[in-house]
Amino acid sequence: MIDALRRFSHSHEARLLAVVLTLGAVLTTATPSFLTLQNLFDLLTSYAFLGILAAGLLVVLVAGGIDISFTATASVAQYLALSFAKAYGLGWAETFGLAIGTGIACGLLNAWLIESLRISSIIVTIATLNIFYGLLVFVTGGQYIYALPDWFSKGIWWFEFVDADQIPYGVNLQILLLLLAFTATWVLLNRTTIGRQIYALGGNRDAAGRLGFHVFGLNLFVYGYMGFMAGIASLAQAQLAQSVAPTVLVGRELDVLAAVVLGGASLNGGVGTVLGTVLGLALLAVMQNGLVLVGISSYWSQFFVGLVILVSVSSTSLTLRRRAGSAVA
Amino acid sequence: MSHPLTSSKPADTIGQLDKGIAAVEAQPPRIGYVERLRGFGGDGANLRLLVLIAILLAAFGLVIGEQLFSAASLQSMAYQLPELGILSLAMMVTLLSGGINLSVIATANLCALTMAAILTRFVPGSEGAAWVLIQVAALAAGFAVAALIGLVNGFVIAYLRVSPILATLGTMTLVKGISVGTTRGNVISGFPEPIVFIGNGAVLGIPVALLVFAAAALPLAIMLNRTPLGAAIYMIGSNERATRFSGIQTRRVILKVYLISSLLAAVAAIVMMARFNSANASYGESYLLVTILAAVLGGINPMGGFGKVSGLVLALVMLQIISSAFNLLNFSAFLTLAIWGGILIAVAGTTQLRQRLRGG
Amino acid sequence: MAFLELQHISKRFGGVRALEDICLTLEAGEVHCLVGENGSGKSTLIKIISGVQPPEAGGRIVIAGTEHTRLTPVESTRLGVQVIYQDLSLFPNLTVAENIAVSGHLGRPRVVDWRAIDETARSAMARIGVVLDLHARVETLSIADRQLVAICRAMAADARLVIMDEPTASLTRHEVDALLSLVRELKSRNICVVFVSHRLDEVMEVAERVTVLRDGRKVGTYDAAEMDDHRLAVLMTGKEFRYDLRDIDLTGRPVVLEVEGLTRRGEYENVDLRVHEGEILGITGLLGSGRTELALSLFGMNPADSGTIRIAGRPLTMRTNREAIENGVAYVSEDRLTLGLVLDQSISANTVVTVLDRLAGRLGLIDPKRQRETVRRWIQDLGIKVSDPANPVKTLSGGNQQRVVLAKWMATNPRVLILDSPTVGVDISAKDGIYEIVKRLAAEGVAVIMISDEIPEVLFHSHRVLVMRAGRLTGEFRPHRTSEAELRVAVNA
Repeated sequence: MIDALRRFSHSHEARLLAVVLTLGAVLTTATPSFLTLQNLFDLLTSYAFLGILAAGLLVVLVAGGIDISFTATASVAQYLALSFAKAYGLGWAETFGLAIGTGIACGLLNAWLIESLRISSIIVTIATLNIFYGLLVFVTGGQYIYALPDWFSKGIWWFEFVDADQIPYGVNLQILLLLLAFTATWVLLNRTTIGRQIYALGGNRDAAGRLGFHVFGLNLFVYGYMGFMAGIASLAQAQLAQSVAPTVLVGRELDVLAAVVLGGASLNGGVGTVLGTVLGLALLAVMQNGLVLVGISSYWSQFFVGLVILVSVSSTSLTLRRRAGSAVA
Repeated sequence: MSHPLTSSKPADTIGQLDKGIAAVEAQPPRIGYVERLRGFGGDGANLRLLVLIAILLAAFGLVIGEQLFSAASLQSMAYQLPELGILSLAMMVTLLSGGINLSVIATANLCALTMAAILTRFVPGSEGAAWVLIQVAALAAGFAVAALIGLVNGFVIAYLRVSPILATLGTMTLVKGISVGTTRGNVISGFPEPIVFIGNGAVLGIPVALLVFAAAALPLAIMLNRTPLGAAIYMIGSNERATRFSGIQTRRVILKVYLISSLLAAVAAIVMMARFNSANASYGESYLLVTILAAVLGGINPMGGFGKVSGLVLALVMLQIISSAFNLLNFSAFLTLAIWGGILIAVAGTTQLRQRLRGG
Repeated sequence: MAFLELQHISKRFGGVRALEDICLTLEAGEVHCLVGENGSGKSTLIKIISGVQPPEAGGRIVIAGTEHTRLTPVESTRLGVQVIYQDLSLFPNLTVAENIAVSGHLGRPRVVDWRAIDETARSAMARIGVVLDLHARVETLSIADRQLVAICRAMAADARLVIMDEPTASLTRHEVDALLSLVRELKSRNICVVFVSHRLDEVMEVAERVTVLRDGRKVGTYDAAEMDDHRLAVLMTGKEFRYDLRDIDLTGRPVVLEVEGLTRRGEYENVDLRVHEGEILGITGLLGSGRTELALSLFGMNPADSGTIRIAGRPLTMRTNREAIENGVAYVSEDRLTLGLVLDQSISANTVVTVLDRLAGRLGLIDPKRQRETVRRWIQDLGIKVSDPANPVKTLSGGNQQRVVLAKWMATNPRVLILDSPTVGVDISAKDGIYEIVKRLAAEGVAVIMISDEIPEVLFHSHRVLVMRAGRLTGEFRPHRTSEAELRVAVNA
């Protein structure tokens, strides 16, 4: 136990936790509106889309791959599921099934292209991003869908509270899906043999092959999982926006990548944890929220995000180099 | 055998040991011919692109007719290609060195905004020499901003050893953040005539923007093919450490790569703002991944070390033909995107398959 | 009792015979060395034993009394065959315990039993007396400790036969000793250990038998006790090598490189040496003795804390290797594949990479004709077998690759040439060609430092030999008055 604590204290996650807690403490003293249940629930709700995608991308990065196409996948899944839901009167299960199925199909296609053609994953997914997205907007003509099924527009609303101003808040669809995504990913990576094989694959692909891992199958799983998360995230986003817009999701893929990388996942594979990803996301969320709360124009929030990314990746690189400690290399 | 420490070989093996050297003498190295042929063909990639272009032209020609080859159609292609073209050049240099520059678009936009701010603020009301000087100063300021961003990228990547994708993801966000923060997302527009001319004018029927593209591509091609810096970039793209052990100051080279990339983004900025007669923090963002697509299509190895400007130019021409033809056919621009993606997979896939077949 | 018996194993790839009618018996509890040059068929043989490749019809593999015409990787593992490749095939991002028990993750997806993993790892380690932190990540371990993890992994898979590919290549002498005692432990547990090597290894100390392969055929199996460097080289290459040793004293010639009191804390201390015009100075020492660190300091890539370096009498402080090159120092790295050459790029580009600035003419442009001429000159001068200089340098054999490395340094017209293990990965039969070139360069007046841990290399090809031990130069020897054994003692002392 003490051993594990000592190890944790030297980890990227521990440093990130310290930064997030410090930031949170500063904001709590600076403004009374930060540490309120309502603000925290709002934050969770608005970051659910990025968070669910980050959980999926983490698995891909750990396996040693990368996926850029998931925003397009999400757009397709969302459009397909909700237009069918309205047209054929589908329920929760069918709608989610359709979105998830579409996501998985896109993910499997990515994996198949990467593994069978042996093109680097970044190139394949840049291509499929354009294919999925281009076809979607071509076929739909870029039309928004505002007419959503009633049950979907209402969403879910658990443990409802009402604050002093009579504004209700509680566990909604977004928060529920976000918690599910992170829990599922944590269980997958830490508690199942598939998750451990994914870490091993990302750590040393050749060795995994030699030891008899089913590398192709693992990659199908990994990109399929990313697609699964894209499907879920797409519905969380549509429910929040109360509409389906084929053109608004694409372009946010690098934001998700930034969150996962801030959380300590390596683009070289084999490294990254769910806790780190949660904290990476928390850092972005709390910082952007805090800037607004202390009265800095939201126009500047991107600047600070960029600054945080740059400082974080530079300091990580410097620490790694100091640890390696070789002047020659 | 002048040196006394030579090995003595028993009689029965002399023939065998000398075989290697004899073989070399019997077969003088063929230098030149093959090398030159390869230089043009770019390892077959360029040839394949030319064939693809010919097929596309024939197919679209059949469907669309001579309208595709009309002066108006060709000219509109020539006006559209330079923007994406110059941005792709900016991306390409970093890919060759084994890196990537995700901040090209953000850099171009901040440069454009800087130039636009100076132009709209000081040009109206000035005349004569001041009128000219202010425009020159505006462009210079744009390049200065680009240089600064390039140096930041280069420093973080070469000296702090941050992976290029992460470093430029950071600067991309930071630089765009500055653009958004200072302009609050607003458009700056209304430039003097000479600037607008760069984007929309033509000299002897050739669009100025295309001339600007040529003026960026040619020196870049010469730099890559014929200078020590270019040779070093290719070597670093394949193996930076081995290149450093050969006495190349690899960090300085990488710094220069990101500086060049940034300056090319500034050139793209001029063309972009001139064409739209305006500048904004988020123009052209959808181009970012397309520049990588174009480069890879043009035979540039995304892992670094291989690729030529000529290949990129052919890829750009191909993309432009598809885009223009679809436009004439009244297809959505988004269908063009999808087709571009499909072609990227087809080309990258066949290259891989051929290499694997050849490699056994 | 024989654990494994190979009968009439042949293998052909396309038109090339990789193995021809190999018969080999491995006894339980035996330590066996399998040696041969690159391309002799060693790795194909291992692949057939481990089930990665099937043998041709007619061959039989008998394991523990059962006959097989071919094996699959799964069967071979089940029968107790474990291969430890040179790269060890570990997962650097996982813990020691998980690496040892990793095969437990295979099969039907299920929940991970972390306690069982620790237990498997602990018992594998206990069986052969290894002590490691179960929860340390493998990337934080030394090479020697990682090797232990790989061996424990083989133990956890109930290995009866452990095949180790070049296990001592990157170990210090101390670590080799630890490995050898571990091998004795395996032997006492009736496990058969096969070492695969291309040279006479320290492992011969514990080996009982040696099997030599050449060109896909078995030359023979010999008693390890009766084997020495010379005999093994003859068996591996089919050629006789003999070197005349004449006492040549070149210390009267002008000093080219002079080093005084050079120290870099933790790496080497108080190094004094002089190299004269035309002289080949051998430096030998074990891995970790500071030999490579010293060489890098002379090449401007590893600045010394104190001391002076003079070239032709002029004191130098070099901050980069560019300055070293400008002052006439050239350095052939021991790691040709990652530091010596840019393997993917062309022979031509690799040859001129050191002299790009000198090839540039007007406007800073490289003259392609001058580049071609430079490349052609060195290809001819060093006898490099090349069909087209535009081919990637990785298409060349090890010996020809090393000649390209020499070519790129000769192009800089050096006064001091530092060779770090110049014939690593070069076939014995191609080594002579490299020595030939080095001697010719020395005859032309270049001062050469040849660093190597292969004692015959420095003994037979230098004018003077210095021994480096734990960061200090501890002795100077004249080759014609020194035996191999004497030098070996000085190195290992």
